[in-house]
Amino acid sequence: MARMTVDKNYCKGCGLCITACPKHIIRFSENINDKGYHYAECFDQDSCIACKMCYTICPDAAITIEK
Amino acid sequence: MKVIASRPKALTDAQFTYCPGCLHGVAHRLIAEAIDELGIQNNTMGVAPVGCSVFAYKFFDIDMAEAAHGRAPAVATGMKRARPDMNVFTYQGDGDLAAIGTAEIIHAANRGENISVFFVNNAIYGMTGGQMAPTSLPDMKTTTSPYGRKTSDVGYPIQVCELLSSLIAPYYIERVSLLSPTDIIKAKKAVLKAMKFNTEKRGFTFVEFVSTCPTNWGINPVDSLKWAKDNMIPFFKPGVYRDKSVEEAK
Amino acid sequence: MSEKILMKGNEAVAEAAIRAGCRLYFAYPITPQSELIEYMAKTLPKVNGTFLQAESEVAAINMVYGAAGTGKRVMTSSSSPGISLKMEGISYIAGANLPAVIINVQRGGPGLGDIQPAQGDYFQATKGGGHGDYRLIVIAPSSVQEFADSASLAFDLADKYLNPVMILSDGLLGQMMEPVEFKPRVSDEEIEKHSEMHYDWCMRPNEDGPNHHHHEINSLEIDPEVLETHVNKLAEKYKKIEENEIRYEAYNINENNEMVCCAFGTAARIVKSAIDTLNSEGHNIGLIRPITVWPFPTQAIADSIHDKVKNVMTFELNLGQMVEDVKLAVNGKVPVGFYGKVGGVVFTPEEIIEKIKENLGGK
Repeated sequence: MARMTVDKNYCKGCGLCITACPKHIIRFSENINDKGYHYAECFDQDSCIACKMCYTICPDAAITIEK
Repeated sequence: MKVIASRPKALTDAQFTYCPGCLHGVAHRLIAEAIDELGIQNNTMGVAPVGCSVFAYKFFDIDMAEAAHGRAPAVATGMKRARPDMNVFTYQGDGDLAAIGTAEIIHAANRGENISVFFVNNAIYGMTGGQMAPTSLPDMKTTTSPYGRKTSDVGYPIQVCELLSSLIAPYYIERVSLLSPTDIIKAKKAVLKAMKFNTEKRGFTFVEFVSTCPTNWGINPVDSLKWAKDNMIPFFKPGVYRDKSVEEAK
Repeated sequence: MSEKILMKGNEAVAEAAIRAGCRLYFAYPITPQSELIEYMAKTLPKVNGTFLQAESEVAAINMVYGAAGTGKRVMTSSSSPGISLKMEGISYIAGANLPAVIINVQRGGPGLGDIQPAQGDYFQATKGGGHGDYRLIVIAPSSVQEFADSASLAFDLADKYLNPVMILSDGLLGQMMEPVEFKPRVSDEEIEKHSEMHYDWCMRPNEDGPNHHHHEINSLEIDPEVLETHVNKLAEKYKKIEENEIRYEAYNINENNEMVCCAFGTAARIVKSAIDTLNSEGHNIGLIRPITVWPFPTQAIADSIHDKVKNVMTFELNLGQMVEDVKLAVNGKVPVGFYGKVGGVVFTPEEIIEKIKENLGGK
């Protein structure tokens, strides 16, 4: 059991987590946050392995990992 | 389920003002994690530079001083000499540290000041809009080297770790990169080591981060990682340039 | 302690600073104040203070900024060209509302100049050598005793107003020896108190909530309206200083003065000698000697122009700097003349007597 959550208020839609994720389960949301960024979101939490690669590369400390 | 990774306590709630994909935020987080892990948030003060990270004092939840351009190591020296029981670090970019601040960094390192200096190198001046830095690569086009950096005219990039390792006093000097999660994990170890040595009053510690500037390089964040790997790493080789703890262990 | 010690000005002010509780000093050697830094190097370690010779005057003023940000009494010293190097740092210290003491032992300028005494840094000190709207409190001593006394005054004013304070001395005062009576050294408890008064803003050990603080030492406000508020607050501070901290000496000022002279620092000593001679010959000449050149004793000068005063003569070791402030104070009531010497050359009482005689009657 694992979960990655993106705080959409911090996310700037840079896309680094999307590339870093080895399971390819992160995408840009169709929605935008208050700053106008398409923030990142995990679309397949069941496949998350809590590897923390997304957390590690996120430049906005927007991600929380639970296990 | 429990939280195994989240925004460090030593960061404030403020959103970073850095460009999307700028790795300053990663460097900030690593330092904040180290402060949390060492439990030193209440006994640490920092110095912010002039550059993109001029607002660093808004992002770290510790007492911080804004320094004049390049003067952070001198400001940190004054702070540390005034309150020797507190841990002091500076956070600087390439213009701040390797251009206007060269005297200050060399002399703080040479005195073996008990401070940690975190140097973010992205081979360009970000805040002022993409001018050439002392660390800009040969032939690199910037707004003040529009025809490319001509080494016959303005020389080569300064390799700060190599420069500082010519001094006797510095205790720990390492260059790391932030160009992939694996690199960042290695970088974290270096940051933690530097801060730990700092708390143990071992002397001057220095970590240089090879980083990116997607906006001024004109490359998107994901591709900028590759550009840095291909173009910066050959000049700025990651590695340990000084670690007195190794000799001391023998 | 009421014993008098014969001491060189540079050393006397250093000793006085230590007695006033200064335990942090960062500086770079430059003639004619190297005795100051050498005295600090020898004496500060004896009182568990920190002496550090910085790599430049630029580095030194930034070390002062850092230490001042932690709420401690800290000082630097230099001479004219070195003070120019410190201008950026001084502007930052002023902009960040920090207490600090900077001593300028002036020498001939501009540029590298020479190493002889001069007063060419008046503009730099009082009109802001650094950028932006700020003011330095500037104390201009005229004797070794006053030079020494200015140390504790400077620290007290710096702490009171959270502002940098400059002691504007010169190579003559720095090098000459006169008897000095020192105040007793402040105790460690008093030094703690000096620091504690700054606990609501300075960088210092922190606590977890609810007493967790986040103190920023900073002069940057990127939002213009916020910067406007900040600078207007500085203006209120400067207004208070102008209302409360003017210091000057009125020497033989009376209703029968035929001429009023203005001079500060070393120049004032020489002018006093000249005035004494002339007054013993039957003249009645007075002197207003500003002790703070900022805030300037504008009203005192204006008030000294009694009915019989025909003109004012200003004497400085420069091309004419303070005379502009004197003219503003006199405000056209009588003519204001000027005589100066530059290049590090100091005038003699005889020269002053001659100049005064030439200008008597408002010629």
